[in-house]
Amino acid sequence: MIEVRNLTKRYRGGTAVDDLSFTVEPGRVTGFLGPNGAGKSTTIRLVLGLDRPSGGFATVNGRPYASLERPLTAVGALMDAGDLHPTRSVREHLRWLARSNGIGERRIGEVLEATGMAGVARKHARTLSLGMRQRLGVAAALLGDPGVLILDEPVNGLDPEGVVWIRHLMKGLAAEGRTVLVSSHLMSEMALTAEHLVVIGRGRLLADTSTEDFVAAHAGADGGAASLEEAFMRLTGASVEFRSGSGRSGGVR
Amino acid sequence: MSGFVRAAGAEWVKIRSVRSTVVTLGLFAAVALGLGWVVANGFSAGGPAGDALLPVFFGLLTAQLVLVTFAVAAVGSEFSTGTIRASLAAVPSRGRWFAAKMTAIGVTVAVAALAVEMAVYGLVTSVIGDDAAPLTEWWTIEALLGGWIHLTLLSVFTACVAVVLRSTVVTLSVLLPVLFLSGQGLGNLEAIRPVVQYFPDQVGMVVMHMTRPGDPQFGRDYGPWEGIAILVLWTAAALVGGWLAMRRRDV
Ligand SMILES: Nc1ncnc2c1ncn2[C@@H]1O[C@H](COP(=O)(O)OP(=O)(O)OP(=O)(O)O)[C@@H](O)[C@H]1O
Ligand SMILES: [Mg+2]
Repeated sequence: MIEVRNLTKRYRGGTAVDDLSFTVEPGRVTGFLGPNGAGKSTTIRLVLGLDRPSGGFATVNGRPYASLERPLTAVGALMDAGDLHPTRSVREHLRWLARSNGIGERRIGEVLEATGMAGVARKHARTLSLGMRQRLGVAAALLGDPGVLILDEPVNGLDPEGVVWIRHLMKGLAAEGRTVLVSSHLMSEMALTAEHLVVIGRGRLLADTSTEDFVAAHAGADGGAASLEEAFMRLTGASVEFRSGSGRSGGVR
Repeated sequence: MSGFVRAAGAEWVKIRSVRSTVVTLGLFAAVALGLGWVVANGFSAGGPAGDALLPVFFGLLTAQLVLVTFAVAAVGSEFSTGTIRASLAAVPSRGRWFAAKMTAIGVTVAVAALAVEMAVYGLVTSVIGDDAAPLTEWWTIEALLGGWIHLTLLSVFTACVAVVLRSTVVTLSVLLPVLFLSGQGLGNLEAIRPVVQYFPDQVGMVVMHMTRPGDPQFGRDYGPWEGIAILVLWTAAALVGGWLAMRRRDV
C-alpha cells in the first residue's frame, strides 16, 4: 500500500505537487495519469525519498520509504529507463542492485529470464534499445520480489509483444495481491490494464476512482463511444500546460 | 550482514564493472612507471642519498592526476548517468550511501596506489642499481608510506569535492589547475607560498620527500608527518562537506 498525504513540492519555478492526497491499494493495478508536467514523476520521487517534500508526507506499507532497511525487497521502482552507466553490463547493473539489498545472485538470473533479457545479459547498457532498457528497468524493479511496484511510463518504447507482456505482468502482480502504481500516457493501454485511476493535473488531484466510473462520469456525453481517452481529455483539458498546435499557449501558473 | 557492508559491496561492484576504472587505473600505472623509468635513466649519483627517491615520486606525482580522475569519475558518473536515483532508492540513508561510496573508492585507490608505488620503486631500483634508495633506511620507508597515504587521501578528498559539485567535468576543471600548481611552480612564489604550501598537492611533495625543510625554493614550513596530518584535515573537511551536501539534496 502507498499513502500520499497532503504532499507538496515547490520548485523555484512553481509548484509541481500541490497538497496531493491519495492511497494506492494492493490487489489491483492503479493507473497514475496526468498531462505532461502534471507532477507524476515528482510524486514518485517524493514517495521514494529522492526529493524532499515541501509539505506533507508519503508512506509505503505504513512507513516512510527512507526508513526501510532493505527497500528493494519491499518496493520496486522503474523511474527513468535511461538511468544506466553506458559501459556497465546488464548483469552487473542488476548485480550491484542485488548486492546493495542482500538479494541472492540466483534472483538475477530469474529476473533476466522473466523480462526476456537473459540473451543480452553481457551487453553494455550503451548498446541497448529503448525497449531493452525498459525491460532492464522492470527487471531491476522485480529484483527484490517486492510487494509494491511503482512504474513510471514502463510501456514507452516496448514493441507490441512487449506491450502485451507488461500488461499481463502488471495484472499478474496485482492478482498476487501486490500494489501496482503505473503512470502512462497511453490511454487505450491504461483502459486495458488499470482497474483504478489516480488522475492529477498541475500537481492537484483531479480524480481517484475506478476506471469504469471514471469513463462513465466523463465521457460519452455527446453520444460517441465512451473511451478513457475522451474522458481523460475532458477532465484534464483545463489543466493541460503544454498544448500543441493552435490552442492557447500553456505553462502560465 | 550490516547495511553498510551491503552498500559498500554494491559500490565495489559498480567500480569494477565499468570500463573507465580499467582505463584510468591502467593509465595511472603506465604514467607512474613510464616517467619513473625515464627519470631513473637520467639519474646520476653523487647528490644527497635521498635523491635516489626522486625518480620514484616524480612519476607518481604526475600520475596522481590520473588517479584523481578515477576517483572523481566514480562519483561524477552517478550524477551524469542518473544512476544516483537507483543508488539512493536502493540505499535511502544518504549517510550510509556516502560512507559506502567513499570506502569503496578509498580502498580501491589504496590497493592500486600501493601496488603501483611498489612497482615503480622496484623498477627505479633495478635501473639505478647500487645507488638506489634502500628499503632498510627509515627515510625510504617513510617516503613510500607517506606517498601511499597521500595518494589515497588525495583521491578521497577529490571524490568528496565531486559529491559536492555533482559533476566529473566541473570537479576536474576546478581541481586539476590546483593540483597542477606544483608542476607550474606557483607554490614557490614568495607572495602566495604561505597559503598555497598547505594545498593538498603541495603537502604531497613534502610527504614524498620531494622537498626538504629549509630549501630556499621548495622548502615548506612543515615536515612529512605534519604534512600527513594536514592531508587528514583536508580529507576530513571534505568528508564533512560531502556529507552535508548529500544529506538534504534532491536527486
Ligand atoms: N528538479 C526540478 N526543478 C524544477 N522544476 C522541476 C523539477 N522537477 C520537476 N519540475 C517541474 O515540476 C513539474 C512536474 O514535473 P513532472 O516531471 O513530475 O511531471 P510528469 O507528470 O511526470 O510529466 P510527464 O508526463 O511529462 O513525465 C513540471 O513543471 C516540471 O518542470
Ligand atoms: Mg514524468
